Amino acid sequence: MNLLYHGRRITGVLTVVPQKVSNFDDEAVNYSFPIEKTLRLKSLMGFKEHRIVDDGTCVSDLCVYGLQYLFDQGLVLPQDIDALVLVTQSPDYFMPPTSNVIQGRLGLKEDMICLDVNQGCAAFEVGLFIAFSLLDQESIHKVAMLNAEVLSRKVSKQDRNSFPLIGDAASITLVEKDFDQSPIYANIMMDGSKREALMIPAGGFRLPCSQDTAIPHDDGTGNLRSLENLRMNGQDVFNFVMEKVPPMISSLLDQSGKRLDDVNYFLFHQPNKFMLEKLAEKLGVSYKKMPSNIVERFGNSSGVTIPTNICYNIGERVLNEEFIVCFAGFGSGLTWSSILMKIGNMKFCKMIEF
Amino acid sequence: MKTVLGILSEIRPEFDFTENRDFIKEGMLDSFDIIALVSSLEQEFLIRIDGTDIVPENFASLDAIEKLVRRSSKKA
Repeated sequence: MNLLYHGRRITGVLTVVPQKVSNFDDEAVNYSFPIEKTLRLKSLMGFKEHRIVDDGTCVSDLCVYGLQYLFDQGLVLPQDIDALVLVTQSPDYFMPPTSNVIQGRLGLKEDMICLDVNQGCAAFEVGLFIAFSLLDQESIHKVAMLNAEVLSRKVSKQDRNSFPLIGDAASITLVEKDFDQSPIYANIMMDGSKREALMIPAGGFRLPCSQDTAIPHDDGTGNLRSLENLRMNGQDVFNFVMEKVPPMISSLLDQSGKRLDDVNYFLFHQPNKFMLEKLAEKLGVSYKKMPSNIVERFGNSSGVTIPTNICYNIGERVLNEEFIVCFAGFGSGLTWSSILMKIGNMKFCKMIEF
Repeated sequence: MKTVLGILSEIRPEFDFTENRDFIKEGMLDSFDIIALVSSLEQEFLIRIDGTDIVPENFASLDAIEKLVRRSSKKA
């Protein structure tokens, strides 16, 4: 599905990462594989270090910390936020919405809308679409779109498929009206028939947590995880990305009338380094234009990898310059989505530690 | 130059890859082995293996892997 927006601008991005750094070299002993084999994958996959929250830290803690930082720095006034859109797959509770928790903890005004949205690796794109649409309302001038995950708490430490790459983080993207802006081109696709490729099977109403669901099992390849842990079929996800993402980007370029060379940066979700480099090769994009350094430094924080990518790689430059960027997110759902837009002259774009 | 068989034996020395078995179904290569194999093949034969070719059936036998190497483009 193609989407088109006018008069919208990202005015700031703040990424919050936990202080705690977990190193792959220290974790390798947890996996029931020969150490040489595990280490061989280090550079190929981007297994280096990742940021992990302490037990007990929740999505609202990261978001409240980030928003309070913006208020304290005078980068945004609390009363100016008309909507909080939180896109996460690791909410504090089933009920109430975590966006309401954040609103309440910060004492934000009642005259606003708070929304929780369940999306994973395409969360940045989906969150922006909702923010863009909310801004159609005359009464909404500033949307704080929050991407946040603490999914490390749901990944087995003995699962070499997922744990070396998982990262926790939050981001706050401010979206406002600006009718001088160029059109924003976008698309999104979904395939729920492949929903089990990325899944946490137990813990919802379909399969509530129990003693049985907490028992770890060997998946047949030496990874230990329970039904309460995140489960990823890496091969299926890889094949899905290689098959679906390149035509999606071609379609986006066609829609916008732009060529590959017109795009300054391809700031994509970062599941692992190998997948991203294969994607860059397939698209004919240089590695320099498609950074793959977030996953090895901070881990895969699902929808937060794109804002982290913006802040870490072009955070300084985007304050005073403008770039045509292509965002793309792909993963749980399965969902895949991309956006072509101009970003720049932001009021802030930085990373802080929680 | 190493052979495909030599590379396979380096990655999983515990298996005999000359046997007529399905490397994937028999658990001789897992998804991480395939990634290591792709990287080694690209380096050794100076080729670029397309992402859409990284599917289990292209790594299920010695013959399938050798065919994949032959049809992959040379690195620019």
